[in-house]
Amino acid sequence: MSEEQKPVRIRADRDVCIGAGMCVMTAEQIFDQDDDGVVVLLEPEPPAEHADLARRAVRACPSGALSLVED
Amino acid sequence: MSESMTLPLHMRRAEFDPAAELAAVRDEEGVRKVRTVFGVDGWLITRFADVRAVLGDAERFSNAHQMVFRIPGMPQRTDEEIAELRAGNLLAFDPPEHTRLRRMLTPEFTVRRMRRLEPRIHDIVTEHLDAMERTGPPADLVTDFALPIPSLVICELLGVPYDDRADFQRRSGRMLDLSLPPQERAAASLESRVYMGELVARAKTDPGDDLLGMLVREHGEDLTPAELAGIGSLLLLAGHETTSNMLSLGTLALLRNPEQLELLRKEPERIDAAVEELLRWLSIVHSGMTKVTTTDVEVAGQHIPAGEIVICALPAANRDPALAADPDRLDIGRDSLGHVAFGHGVHHCLGAPLARMEMRVAFPALLQRFPGLREAGPEPAFRSFNVVYGLSSFKVAW
Ligand code: HEM
Ligand code: HEM
Ligand code: SF4
Repeated sequence: MSEEQKPVRIRADRDVCIGAGMCVMTAEQIFDQDDDGVVVLLEPEPPAEHADLARRAVRACPSGALSLVED
Repeated sequence: MSESMTLPLHMRRAEFDPAAELAAVRDEEGVRKVRTVFGVDGWLITRFADVRAVLGDAERFSNAHQMVFRIPGMPQRTDEEIAELRAGNLLAFDPPEHTRLRRMLTPEFTVRRMRRLEPRIHDIVTEHLDAMERTGPPADLVTDFALPIPSLVICELLGVPYDDRADFQRRSGRMLDLSLPPQERAAASLESRVYMGELVARAKTDPGDDLLGMLVREHGEDLTPAELAGIGSLLLLAGHETTSNMLSLGTLALLRNPEQLELLRKEPERIDAAVEELLRWLSIVHSGMTKVTTTDVEVAGQHIPAGEIVICALPAANRDPALAADPDRLDIGRDSLGHVAFGHGVHHCLGAPLARMEMRVAFPALLQRFPGLREAGPEPAFRSFNVVYGLSSFKVAW
């Protein structure tokens, strides 16, 4: 499953987020939730070693709020 | 179970497994026309990718057009009555109405909030294990452990007196029991709203630190009393009937798969993965709410016209080889990320962080306290004709 470790950029649409917290549970290094439960990007461009984690979080997000911009 | 009703295809199981004929639909045509419990036809969606796509598309698959209120042979309700029955039930709305309600609740269910609850959940679990130990074996794992723990947690979280549990547990039981006539289920749902209405009125005069108090304090102007009662009703029901069946059925699943149980006992740090795998493998909620197509759609090559009922078979999707290799095997070592046991899309379970926290505390504590835990007979009683699959009794010894 391990894809090539390229840096990724993450986009989070705070209007779409339903605050399910799956991203925080999957990749605490990259995501947090604000007081309203809405996603906050701690690391919009996570280092290459976190690229897999970022992909997992995007896959786990139930609302479609997260997407990857791969260069 | 009433003889006049047959169990809908997506609820049929052989103990832990979806019925062979349900798996066959997934592996063959993917989508099949079935008779729903309401006595009208609907389309059953069974494949992982299709289920994710349908649940993720609230625009074309609507929760708000519930057919429930137009069941043939049922007394016709006025629009006002329907509005009253739906108020505050997140599952009965589409965005943007759904978004408005959901946004008020998400702050209470963040991962961080759940971590703050963790010590209290530990205490509650310990108290119940102590009581089981004092009384000695045999015990009924459902009534002594699986049901009271999430009930007490949701009561404290919401601000519902736990002393009222006999009444609300009986009402929840009736709401979810699909073998009962719809009139009786609707009556139970109304009773629950009346009960919650009283608690809401009390919270309005003296709002506490609990969730009802918070809603009254922070959104008391935006939410009608009917909405507040509906939210409370939904949380109370969803908060204890679901986790409780995961705890009882999950324990039985581990006991019947001793090599998995052994692995978890030896390597307790696997608990998070074990919880996800149990969620996937057991898929206790058979389906999301029925949805209605708002336009002509195509799913798995099947044309479905606008205005038809669509049902997502979560257990079939969660056992799809497209999600997991050798999907019928319980394997706590696998990565079940993306499973749909909590649904998907905008209605993805609001309580998922709470349910996960309850399970990751309760399973290890139970296994640690009773290293010799075993089935004590008679056979555990599986309950099928219900919105939530699970066990109605499960005798254990240690
Ligand atoms: C207080 C909360 C709830 C109320 C008042 C409620 C009410 C209803 C009603 C009236 C029906 C129509 C069935 C009938 O009338 O015979 C229904 C169906 C259903 N409900 Fe709920 N419900 C609630 C919560 C939930 C929750 C929390 C879930 C899932 C986690 C759920 C899942 C379903 C499903 C899957 C069906 C359709 C059964 C089928 O045909 O497959 N409900 N509900
Ligand atoms: C292991 C336990 C649980 C399972 C398997 C489960 C499953 C589900 C599923 C499948 C849905 C989506 C239904 C649909 O799409 O129609 C759902 C929704 C929901 N669940 Fe859970 N649930 C669990 C625990 C809880 C708990 C503990 C709570 C409350 C504190 C809760 C509250 C809700 C609510 C409020 C919704 C509706 C969300 C919305 O419509 O936006 N659930 N749950
Ligand atoms: S997983 Fe998706 S919906 Fe949930 S908090 Fe993160 S971004 Fe929002």
